[in-house]
Amino acid sequence: MDQLIDAFFNIDVLLRTKEFYLYGLTTSLRLIVFSGMCAMGWGLLLSVIRNSNLRFINYPIIVYTDVLRSLPILANMLLLYYALPFVGISMSSFWAATIALSLTGGAYYAEIFRSGIEVIHRGQTEAARSLGLTYLKTMRYVILPQAIRVVLPPLTTNTLEFIKSTAAASVVALPDILNEAMQAQNVTFSPTPLMVALVFYILVCYPLVLLIEHFENSYHKR
Amino acid sequence: MGNKILEIRNLHKSFGNLEVLKGINLTVSKGEVVCLLGPSGSGKSTLLRCINRLEEPNQGSVLIDGEEITAHKIDLNKVRARIGMVFQHFNLFPHMNVLDNVTLGLRKVLGLPKSEAEEKGRLMLEKVGLGNKVTNKPDQLSGGQQQRVAIARALAMDPKLMLFDEPTSALDPELIGEVLSVMIDLAKSGMTMVVVTHEVSFAYKASDRACMLDHGLILEEAPAKEFFESPKHKRTKEFLSMVL
Amino acid sequence: MNLRALAEYFFNIDIMYRALPALLSGVWVTVKVSVTLMVFGFVAGLVLAVMRTSHVRYLSRPVNILIRLYVNLLRASPSLVLVVLVYYGSGFIGIELSAFWATVITFGACLSAFAEEIFRAGIEAIGKGQVEAARAIGLTHLQTMRYVILPWAIRAAIPTLTNSSIGISKDISMASAIALPELLKQARHIQALVANPTPLIEAAIIYVLLFFPFVRLTSFLERKRTKKGSKHI
Repeated sequence: MDQLIDAFFNIDVLLRTKEFYLYGLTTSLRLIVFSGMCAMGWGLLLSVIRNSNLRFINYPIIVYTDVLRSLPILANMLLLYYALPFVGISMSSFWAATIALSLTGGAYYAEIFRSGIEVIHRGQTEAARSLGLTYLKTMRYVILPQAIRVVLPPLTTNTLEFIKSTAAASVVALPDILNEAMQAQNVTFSPTPLMVALVFYILVCYPLVLLIEHFENSYHKR
Repeated sequence: MGNKILEIRNLHKSFGNLEVLKGINLTVSKGEVVCLLGPSGSGKSTLLRCINRLEEPNQGSVLIDGEEITAHKIDLNKVRARIGMVFQHFNLFPHMNVLDNVTLGLRKVLGLPKSEAEEKGRLMLEKVGLGNKVTNKPDQLSGGQQQRVAIARALAMDPKLMLFDEPTSALDPELIGEVLSVMIDLAKSGMTMVVVTHEVSFAYKASDRACMLDHGLILEEAPAKEFFESPKHKRTKEFLSMVL
Repeated sequence: MNLRALAEYFFNIDIMYRALPALLSGVWVTVKVSVTLMVFGFVAGLVLAVMRTSHVRYLSRPVNILIRLYVNLLRASPSLVLVVLVYYGSGFIGIELSAFWATVITFGACLSAFAEEIFRAGIEAIGKGQVEAARAIGLTHLQTMRYVILPWAIRAAIPTLTNSSIGISKDISMASAIALPELLKQARHIQALVANPTPLIEAAIIYVLLFFPFVRLTSFLERKRTKKGSKHI
């Protein structure tokens, strides 16, 4: 037991490696917030476009969504960071990670928004359009507010998975909390820094887990 | 220009292989109240929904105040803002309160500032007898109240023409009266109305003209008194005898 | 971006051909790992769910709290961080773990957390009446579980579990960070050797070929479940 604490919860090591964490923390938070907003925005846009049923746009969107949900996020990041430079497009690891996360996350969010939109009764659109509201305004003021409320549970679950997947950015050399922790681990020969990285994610994600529990409970009460 | 608010010429509509409207011709003048009657499946709702192009006609044309709205380069949203529609299932927006429901069109289609829109909205709600329900949400109201809000919502846009798609069919019997009285007042005030309804007594009292639809065609069209008291077509007689 | 570069660096037929055996062995590793961890994960999840829904006096509360903590903590932990921690950390407390077993244990634990929730939902959804009827005949709690509750709960859980399985199988690519020789790791390895990213593209194609049918299937089933599409135009 003592060995366990000494290895994984070593205060001394923790204090010695302070600088690593601070930088990694801010990088991870930046990545999570920025790519999260992009992913949600992209997903929302995709679902609104898809719902408009403009000719020829649906099939490409469906293919895009399904292909991107078949690929592991890490593969996408690696492709953007290591493969693209060979054809002349190079980018920082932050951008590779953000774009990969936004494109992939967007596909998942698009599916969720789409299912929410489809559940809203057709009469809502008819009433809104009869007033003279354009398609976009109908979506913005009438359909989407209702759709989002309907899909809050799967939206939360997906956001949880999304935040966890941002950890993959460490593999494409982004100096995020995990990467920094691994460096600190190399320097100190102790796994305690890795615990710090884990605790970071648990702190960020636990509120979402509790929220999901809340949704599941209220669903069962019905 | 002139007096004709609505003109429907040779309207055809099919759903797949099923032809639901087989050549409808109808004219409605300003201030007229026209009721569309007929059995289920006769196409009356479809006809109504073609007027503001919620359904797209396959053939024929619809003219609103002389303007052909079935033409290609039409700003449909602008046209729809001048036509009010009331639905069988009200279709109020559940996530907004009553006032916001009524003012949404004013704010986001006509671009009125919030204060002006709300003033107009309250006026409309007063008109339908719901001035005290301004902050309520739709699910807190009875069916009759909800439908009256829906009417206020449509009226707020100052439409040239009001379309009613079986406005009382989804209401409990004791709530029908309050909606019909609002509609009668509206008719008296000179609004041009096209009403699809099963409420024959309302049609008799409030309409100027009535049309009998069956299997996608207008079988009989006559001034109200004539239509209800001395129907000519066999189907009209059959239908009226069943519902009266 | 010119087409020559694309052909040379992304779709280099020669490299694709030569890399294929290694990539396929990576697929095989992925399959082995997936199957193993799914066995562990589902069994563990089932056991946990049964424990959590059994009402044993005095034990119930603490057991419930412990399991809930276990499940929630795992759900809040990224698999990549966990597997790195387990792999590197195990050496420090004297346990030698291969990349294979580190992956199986970590991802298996994560899966068990998901599975516990899914099974629990299935168990709790069984009407009280069935349980009462079973106990009235004289079946013990465990027998009731085995013959009455679980058959239904497991059947109900299968669609969601298949979904989770697909997610986990894709997630195993994270273990490439601890040098597990699965598909993505093999691709990266060869890419480094030949200084050409074609193996990555090849691996991506293999992933799509493997998972696309499942993704299509799940979205098709999802569509069947929800109401027939109401178009909003």
